[in-house]
Amino acid sequence: MAIDQGTTSTRCIVFDQNARLVAVAQREHRQYHPRPGWVEQDAVEIWRNVDRIMPQALRQAGITAEQVVALGITNQRETFVLWDRHTGVPVGRAIVWEDIRTEELVAELGKQPGIEEVRERCGLPLATYFSAPSLRWMLDNVAGLRAKAERGDVLFGTMDTWLIWNLTGGVNGGLHVTDVTNASRTMLMNLGSRQWDPMLLEFFGVPATMLPEIRPSTEIRGTTTRVVPGISITAALGDQHAALFGQTCFEKGSIKGTYGTGGFLLMNTGDELVRSKHGLLTTIGYQIGGEPAYALEGSIAVAGSLVQWFRDNLGLIHSAPEIETLARTVKDNGGCYIVPAFSGLFAPHWLAQARGLVVGLTSYINKGHLARAVLEATGWQTREVVDAMNADLGAPTPVLKVDGGMTADHLLMQFIADVLDIPVQRPLVAETVSLGAAYAAGLAAGYWPDLEGLRRNWHLAARWNPVMDARHREDEYANWKRAVELTFAWARSTPN
Amino acid sequence: MPGPIQSIERAAAVLRLLARGSGHHGLTEIADSLGLARGTAHGILRTLQRVEFVEQDQATGRYRLGAALLHLGTSYLDANELRSRSINWADTLAARSGQEVRIGMHHDGAVLVVHHVFRPDDSVQTLGIGAMLPLHATALGKVLLAYDPDLSAAARRRELTSLTRRTITRTQALERVLTEVRAQGWAGEAEEYMPGEASIAAPIRIPGGLVVGAIGISGPVDRLCDAAGRPRATLVRQVSQAADAVTTSLVDEN
Repeated sequence: MAIDQGTTSTRCIVFDQNARLVAVAQREHRQYHPRPGWVEQDAVEIWRNVDRIMPQALRQAGITAEQVVALGITNQRETFVLWDRHTGVPVGRAIVWEDIRTEELVAELGKQPGIEEVRERCGLPLATYFSAPSLRWMLDNVAGLRAKAERGDVLFGTMDTWLIWNLTGGVNGGLHVTDVTNASRTMLMNLGSRQWDPMLLEFFGVPATMLPEIRPSTEIRGTTTRVVPGISITAALGDQHAALFGQTCFEKGSIKGTYGTGGFLLMNTGDELVRSKHGLLTTIGYQIGGEPAYALEGSIAVAGSLVQWFRDNLGLIHSAPEIETLARTVKDNGGCYIVPAFSGLFAPHWLAQARGLVVGLTSYINKGHLARAVLEATGWQTREVVDAMNADLGAPTPVLKVDGGMTADHLLMQFIADVLDIPVQRPLVAETVSLGAAYAAGLAAGYWPDLEGLRRNWHLAARWNPVMDARHREDEYANWKRAVELTFAWARSTPN
Repeated sequence: MPGPIQSIERAAAVLRLLARGSGHHGLTEIADSLGLARGTAHGILRTLQRVEFVEQDQATGRYRLGAALLHLGTSYLDANELRSRSINWADTLAARSGQEVRIGMHHDGAVLVVHHVFRPDDSVQTLGIGAMLPLHATALGKVLLAYDPDLSAAARRRELTSLTRRTITRTQALERVLTEVRAQGWAGEAEEYMPGEASIAAPIRIPGGLVVGAIGISGPVDRLCDAAGRPRATLVRQVSQAADAVTTSLVDEN
């Protein structure tokens, strides 16, 4: 069984030994936007949703708690909540990874001495996206919070930690633990020791007493005492890490790309902790037992959300899949490119001030060309990230494994294969995030013998082979890069 | 001879009302104008909304004619939309049956393959999205023919190309088969398209029963059919369940 605590909803999925989906239960939760740029969620609402979907999934599968081999938790990363250890009541709402309230704080912290050392230790660039700046903001802005945290009365947790603490008893002896992948997204963990780093805690002003114990992904050892008692919790992983695991990207150099609202590419770098020279993040892929598998990550902020923008803000299509129909009314982009730097560019550029643009407009361009440019933007951003990954690892990856809603877009998948000049493969089980958490949990419980056993469950559902002419590909890539440079120029010329 | 159906007459009146004047009316206005109880008018509007003949403004709650009415003659469902809505069910069918899965829609006198899932045995296969298959020689095609009178009439007028020695080439024989398809709700075919290969398919419908596509599996004839050459009942059930699941997913989101 897996619980996937995502950004918009929480799901509970039951898989059988052949990794086939047996039951799915899901509930959405509210997003709060109390001020521009603030994004919050109610951790109690999320906990109540878990309370509903776990029994629901069991009913749907027609099984009892005793028949559940193990439970794995996976979650939206970086989002965290603080709560009172004695009452279990949260201190305010959870701050979500999309929240940019710490823009000023981040700019200020960026000028502090030791900032290079911070990056070296946690593997991440300082950004609003990660937990530590928002945690610092809470400690600075909620009256009395710092004193309570120092006394050990207030606990910190990413969503995995919050759910495990509650499931294992809450105020009655709930476990306060997290896994290395989630801890690696806080900016507070040392990548080498995989423990909270005193220098990082000092830099962000975070008291160690409020932090959970960091465990390997498959060494979470707890038993549920609430909701559905008696299920052993054996694993936890951040969602993108779970997808890497669910895609069985176990070899060094293998890459998965999840295409939803944004695009998330992770490359397994095995036992090698690669410090990116090309704008990628260094993170823990997963840790099964003793040694961790490290990973490089490149996030594309806007992928599916560009299609939503095209639908909702321009109104040129009725539904997201129709973008492909519209794009197929023309044979190429007609010289038009769209760079969707809506809130800056993420990997590999990391330029928060960049803003989006449409270039190459002529009287010839129609909505079909724009639709193509929308889809191609995701393809080229993928190319930039994969190029950076290959450069950092020093070897080209042979194939890209994809998942997520946008894999239904045939034109886009073919385009990604074309611009990367490698095959793109989609697995039969689309729910790779939940599957990865279930795999990790089942592996810890001995339900599956080893990684090889998991790999045998991976089946190819579709494969797109590159067919684009090499010359054409490089010409188009050069055009894309010029378009990206223009967003930098726009950023420079816009007063801050 | 049954008499006129009152609710259809009332639905027609609602559409006529929305088609004239401002084109935007609230529930009470519509009910009062037509002399209907508010509950009755609401039921009719909800149903018309479900078939996309009427739209409701999110902000004001007022009703207007739906975009679908303007495009009644053209294709109801976008092919890429169908792929996107059915992808999970097609995957499930491939996993359960162990065979490759295709979803087809009619295009230009043939079956257009809009979605394809590989046989889950990790053998080398080629993605067949965009391929055209013959209507009369495949299970997908027979489903599309069986539920489209124009299409089957056109097929009767055309010469049925022989692809194997088992391909149905006589019009009367095809008619008999299509009648059978309608009666049983699914279609099968063994070695009519390719020697050694068989296929099974079932219809994908929209509310009201209109068939918009077909979903099916194909594979070696000895895997898909029993000793007597009949499609295996378990596989037929799996295909029909997948078709029903896609049908439901199309209703849900409308």
